[in-house]
Amino acid sequence: MSTLIYKGQLEADPYVELDDATAVEFGGHFIVSMARWRKDYSPLSISGSRIGVRIPNTVELARDWMILARLPLIVLEFPSFADGRAYSQARTLIERCGYEGELRATGAAVVEDQIQFMLRCGFNSFELRADQDPEACLQAMNTFSLAYQRAADTIEPVFARRRARSA
Amino acid sequence: MYQYDEFDQTLIDERVTQFRDQTARFLAGTLSEDEFKPLRLRNGLYVQRFAPMLRISIPYGLLASKQVRMLAHIARTYDKGYGHFTTRQNMQFNWPAIADVPDILADLASVQMHAIQTSGNCIRNLTSDHLAGVAKDELVDPRPYCEIARQWATFHPEFNWLPRKFKLAFSSSTSDRAATRVHDIGVHIVRNAAGELGYTIFVGGGLGRTPIIGVQIREFLPEVDLLSYCEAILRIYNRLGRRDNIYKARIKILVKETGVETFRQMVEHEWQQIKDSYLKLLPEDLARMKGHFLEPAYAPDADQDASYAAHLASDSAFAAWTRRNLKEHRVPGYSAVFASLKAKGVAPGDISAEQLDAVANLADQYSFGEIRATHNQNLVFADVAQKDLYPLWQALREQGLATPNIGLLTDVICCPGLDFCSLSNASSIAVAEEIFERFESLDDQHDIGEIKLNMSGCMNGCGHHSVGHIGILGVDKKGEEWYQITLGGSSENDASLGDRTGPSVSRADIADAVQNLIETYLGVRSSEDESFLACYRRVGMKPFKTRLYAEAEAAA
Ligand code: SF4
Repeated sequence: MSTLIYKGQLEADPYVELDDATAVEFGGHFIVSMARWRKDYSPLSISGSRIGVRIPNTVELARDWMILARLPLIVLEFPSFADGRAYSQARTLIERCGYEGELRATGAAVVEDQIQFMLRCGFNSFELRADQDPEACLQAMNTFSLAYQRAADTIEPVFARRRARSA
Repeated sequence: MYQYDEFDQTLIDERVTQFRDQTARFLAGTLSEDEFKPLRLRNGLYVQRFAPMLRISIPYGLLASKQVRMLAHIARTYDKGYGHFTTRQNMQFNWPAIADVPDILADLASVQMHAIQTSGNCIRNLTSDHLAGVAKDELVDPRPYCEIARQWATFHPEFNWLPRKFKLAFSSSTSDRAATRVHDIGVHIVRNAAGELGYTIFVGGGLGRTPIIGVQIREFLPEVDLLSYCEAILRIYNRLGRRDNIYKARIKILVKETGVETFRQMVEHEWQQIKDSYLKLLPEDLARMKGHFLEPAYAPDADQDASYAAHLASDSAFAAWTRRNLKEHRVPGYSAVFASLKAKGVAPGDISAEQLDAVANLADQYSFGEIRATHNQNLVFADVAQKDLYPLWQALREQGLATPNIGLLTDVICCPGLDFCSLSNASSIAVAEEIFERFESLDDQHDIGEIKLNMSGCMNGCGHHSVGHIGILGVDKKGEEWYQITLGGSSENDASLGDRTGPSVSRADIADAVQNLIETYLGVRSSEDESFLACYRRVGMKPFKTRLYAEAEAAA
């Protein structure tokens, strides 16, 4: 089982990922595909389970926001180490749509060398790649103590600090 | 120039720490080669044909003398005693050891320098006019805007893993010296009819395998909206740029495949949603940044000096140099002085540690302690008083930096090619040398006049061959070195891509080919005032082609 960091802590993952053929049981935590969620939106919404949706990095989220808004968990994919599309998806979800649930990063890029930028783009949940040292990943979330840009994390950006100083 | 505050310093120091850790993990075997590669590239570190290559960032080409001294120190301590200025106003070292790179970066950080984002699929070091702030034809100094954009682009969390590299260039003058139309985003700082400052935005230009001139997607963008508009473009690109084929991954392909109009609408739509966010610049942000680029204390009576005229009259070598290597300054009595890095027997752009130290000292003595790198791979002392021109020339001449060839045939742009680059098909430096020898006579060169000869060792086009008035591209033909020639390219405001002359030319024939082209030009030009480019545009390919291939056939 892979390690999960959620809100800055190592956590056990309550969710179980289902393939599209497996039925959703009552009262569990399940992750389903975006395709299934689109197709079975109504029955899944009233299934009595907490449903998270796993979204390919090619989906334009602003368009699908209507059916995503109330989800407790959205999983975004990093299919390879250098494929950064989900960074843009995350910022759109958090900053544009105002998504407030768990936003999870999964895949080949969820490693200590990228985790802080994921955090900055609004991810609050990280399914670490199997070879990763969880402690190193936790530490790497603070690699940079400052940032030039405002993003979805809590770092007060440099431009704002400068404005405050000269005010 | 821009001075770091404690925030900038903290960020580059933390970057050094991060890279030290990444390098240690790589050397210990816990970080794989495949994953270390994109991480080291984001710190400018390539692994090349013979050794690693480290590319150091010189934002918009501007250097303080203490930074130049640091480059000399690095050349001496970690390299073979010299460095190479690139066509992107950066500096490359060709022989550092991987294990030393964290120390090199720490040394650089001590003088507010770094190698951040000088490679990799992210927003690259941005470039601008090497005459920024001093050019006569300039509307406003582009450097404050460059620095604002540099900070926004540095460690941008969303755009660090783009489909491909992404380059921005800024210009604010009637002659575009920053080649903005061949960048992913080209920014022209302009004033609209109401007198307000803002930008005309070009997108999708680029050299390399599929050279394209950027298209205008916004005629006027208000001054405060620079970052939101760039962010909108980048977001569309990050989401939709192709990742299935490295040769189709640049934004130019996305713009082409989407269609300019549709692409423009997508950007505008995205921009509408973020333009009134925190990305909007405040007047005070602009004012604070402009305060970093105040003009130096020019002597009000600099143009009263009489010694300059006397030296011009008495020293013809000095006079010849002033004709080629000076550019007019907006302040009377001052000049921008070009130090040529295109001397005989030296690879274009190469400079030794001793020369770097000398340049630093001369900058302190004669040009307010600053120096600029140009994308033509030369250096500029931007603010030299008339009375100092003669001693500066003498000192440069002693250093071999006073070749009076700026803008002439031997002022070639040339990538490192076969000698260093693992991607190269054919040598470029050796060809540059041969051409140098053939056209060494200055009188001949003066007669030929303004011309840009650009050479790349492969399709990647680091030597900007497609926008050379004459472009030479190394190609591989069954393991042999051949050269494809193009004519009529330009990277200035009238940007255009060169046209191919026809079949490629062998290594043995390339210098002859260039000579034939030049002779053809001298024969058909309407007057001495018609430049090679203007002449080519008037008469077209035919006379050049006829001569080029007739000679080749006769020789065969
Ligand atoms: S043009 Fe090709 S050969 Fe020359 S430096 Fe670039 S990649 Fe290397």
